[in-house]
Amino acid sequence: MPEYQNLFTQVQAHAPSYPGVPLARDRDTRERIGTPIHVKLFGWFGNAQIGPIYLGFLGVASIFFFLIGFTTIGFNMLVQVDYDPIQFIRQLFWLALEPPKPEYGLKLAPLNEGGWWNFAGFFITVSILLWWLRMYRRARALGMGTHVPWAFAAAIWLYLVLGLFRPLLLGSWSEAPPFGIFPHLDWTAAFSIRYGNLFYNPFHMLSIAFLYGSALLFAMHGATILAVSRYGGEREIEQIVDRGTASERAALFWRWTMGFNATMESVHRWAWWFAVLTCITGGIGILLTGTVVDNWYLWAVKHHVAPAYPDVWDPAQLVDPATLSAPAN
Amino acid sequence: MKTQQIASFGGLVAAAALLAGCWERPPVESVQHGYRGTGMVQVYNPRTVASQADLNKVPEALPAAPAEGPKAKDIYKNVLVLGDLSVAQFTRHMASITQWVAPQQGCVYCHNPANFAEDSKYTKVVARRMIQMTQHINADWQQHVAETGVTCYTCHRGHPNPQDQNGQKAYWFKAGDPAHKGGMLGWRDGQNEPAYSVGKSSLPNEPFSRYLLGEDNIRVQSQHALPMGDNKQDTKATEWTYGLMMHMSKSLGVNCDYCHNSRAFSSWPQSAPQRVTAWYGIRMVRNLNQEYLEPLKPVYDSDDLGPKGDAPKLFCVTCHKGAYKPLYGQSMLKDFPELSKPSTDGKPLYPAQAKPAAEEKVAVATP
Repeated sequence: MPEYQNLFTQVQAHAPSYPGVPLARDRDTRERIGTPIHVKLFGWFGNAQIGPIYLGFLGVASIFFFLIGFTTIGFNMLVQVDYDPIQFIRQLFWLALEPPKPEYGLKLAPLNEGGWWNFAGFFITVSILLWWLRMYRRARALGMGTHVPWAFAAAIWLYLVLGLFRPLLLGSWSEAPPFGIFPHLDWTAAFSIRYGNLFYNPFHMLSIAFLYGSALLFAMHGATILAVSRYGGEREIEQIVDRGTASERAALFWRWTMGFNATMESVHRWAWWFAVLTCITGGIGILLTGTVVDNWYLWAVKHHVAPAYPDVWDPAQLVDPATLSAPAN
Repeated sequence: MKTQQIASFGGLVAAAALLAGCWERPPVESVQHGYRGTGMVQVYNPRTVASQADLNKVPEALPAAPAEGPKAKDIYKNVLVLGDLSVAQFTRHMASITQWVAPQQGCVYCHNPANFAEDSKYTKVVARRMIQMTQHINADWQQHVAETGVTCYTCHRGHPNPQDQNGQKAYWFKAGDPAHKGGMLGWRDGQNEPAYSVGKSSLPNEPFSRYLLGEDNIRVQSQHALPMGDNKQDTKATEWTYGLMMHMSKSLGVNCDYCHNSRAFSSWPQSAPQRVTAWYGIRMVRNLNQEYLEPLKPVYDSDDLGPKGDAPKLFCVTCHKGAYKPLYGQSMLKDFPELSKPSTDGKPLYPAQAKPAAEEKVAVATP
C-alpha cells in the first residue's frame, strides 16, 4: 500500500543513453549537442537522462537576444544599489527597470529615464518570438502537432498586449508594466485602481475562471492518473481502448462521483483550452482597459453587474468636500 | 520508505515554518466598518495595539494657574506669543512645553540659561513659530482636529524631533539623490526600494513633495465608464497616489477601507465619513508645510535640513503615530486653552533670512 504513496517517481529505468528518434533531415539529428548524462535526482522528478539538447540557429539567437535584455535589466538594478552585491540581493525583489514617464509618450526617452526599458523590452520580445519559432520548428521536426507552440503563443499574446499593443493604442510607453518582481505587482494593483477595479472587467472574470479552472483540472487529472498508477495508469494511451484497465477505472470513478467523465483524450483538450483561454481572455481584458473602458466599476454599474448596498452612514456626511465652497481658511 | 515519508513531511513543515515568518501570527481582531458583505473590515493585531498603549497615554496636565496678576509680556522681555497669559500661566505653559518636547534637555534646549529672553538658540525661534502653528491648527482646521485639537505633545511626545510609533523619524524631507548618480544606468523613478515611508512596498517612496507640499491631483479614477479624454492621470500617477495612501494607512494603523470602499475607491457616497476628515487632513498638512514648516528653512542649523537642503516637514504620522486618532482622541487642549486660538496676527516672528546663507541661493518667501 505505501508503495503508491510517494512524492517522487519510484521506478527509474537505467539504460544506456538514448539520442532520440532519427529525423528525416540529417541536420536535425546532427545539431543535437552534448553527451547525455544521467542524474538520479532528476530521475525522481522526470527523466534521469539529461541531453542531448537541440539549440540550432533559432535557439542560439533567442538566448543571445535574451541575455542582452536580461543584463540590461540586471545592470540597471545593480547601479540602483550602487554596485553593492549584498544590497543587490537584499533588495532584488524591489528593484526594477521602469518604463519612461508619460511626458515622452511613444517617443524614445533618454536611456536613463526609461529608454533602457524600451531597449530591454525590444531584445526580450525578439528573444521570445524567436523561441516561439524554435518551438514550432522543433514540434514540426518531430512530426508532432503544434499544440505546445500555440499554447505558448497565448501567453505571448498577453505579454504583447501588456507591453506593446496597449501602450501603442494609448500612445504612451509609460502605461506598460516595469521589469521587476514587486514593482510589477504594484503596477498591477495601481493599474486596477486607475481603471476603476479590474474585478468588474468581464474578461478579467473569464481569465480568472479559466486560471482557477486550469488548477482544478490539473489537480483532478493528476490525482486521477496517480490514483490508478497501481494499474499502470500512467501509460494512458495504451490503455484507452481496453476494458477493466486503469483508464476505465479512472473514467468510472468520475462517472460515479459526478455523472460525467472526460476521456483520456478529452481531458487534455479541456486542460489545453482552459490554460490557453486564461491568457487569451486576460489579454482581451487588458487591451480594452483604458482604450474602450475607463472605469470598470462604473461600467459594471451601467450594465447592472455591480450591486448597490444600503447606506450605513448619513449620505449628507459623505459629500465630496472638493465640491463644497472653499473651507473657511 | 518510512524515512522518505518522514523526510517529505519534515520538508513540508520546514517550508510552512519558513513562510510563516512572512506575516503576523494570528489571532487578529476584525471590526466591521461598513455594510455587511462589502468586506469593509478593520483588522487589528491586538499585540501591536497593546504595545502602543503607553505611547497614547495622555500625560497629566500641570495644575491650572490663576489668570490674575501681571501679564507675561509686561514682566518678561521678548515675549511675542502667549504674552497675554498671567506670569503663573506662562510659567506653567513653559514647564509643560519642557515636559512635552524636551524633558531630557530641559529649558536650555531652547533658552540661553544666562539670558532666557534672547533668541540666540534657533530652537527657540522654531518653537515660537510652532506655538503659532498649533494655535492656527486649533482655530482654523477644526474640520480635521475637531474640538479635540492638538498641543505640542501630539507630535513631540517627549522627543524634540518627533518620532513615530516605531522610533523612526516622524517628519520628512524631499528625496535625496540616488545612491549612484550621474551615470547612464540605474534610474529608479522615485520608487522600487523597500522604503519605510510607504510600508516597505516598492511604490514611489517620496510622494509627499507632490501631494503634501505641492498640490498635485491625488485623484486618478475616471468618473465615466468610458474614456472621455478628460482624465490625464495614468497608471504611474496612480502609483504615486498609492504611495501616499500607504503612508496614510501605516500612519493611522488602519486598512484602506477605513475611509474607502475598495471596490470603488473614488466613490464618495460609498466611503466612510473618515474620508472627509482625511480630505481636510491632507489640506491641513499642505497648508502647514507651505506656511509654517518649509519657510523655517533659514532658521535651522544645516544639520537639521534634508539632503536637498529643505526644512523638516510634517505628514500624517507626525501626529497619528499608528493611531486612528492621535492619543486615541483624548483632548489635551482643554487644559491649555491658550493654544486654541491665535495670540498674534499669525505672521512669522523671525526674519526671512535669519542666518547668513552664503552659498544658499534660495530664500524662501514668507507667506
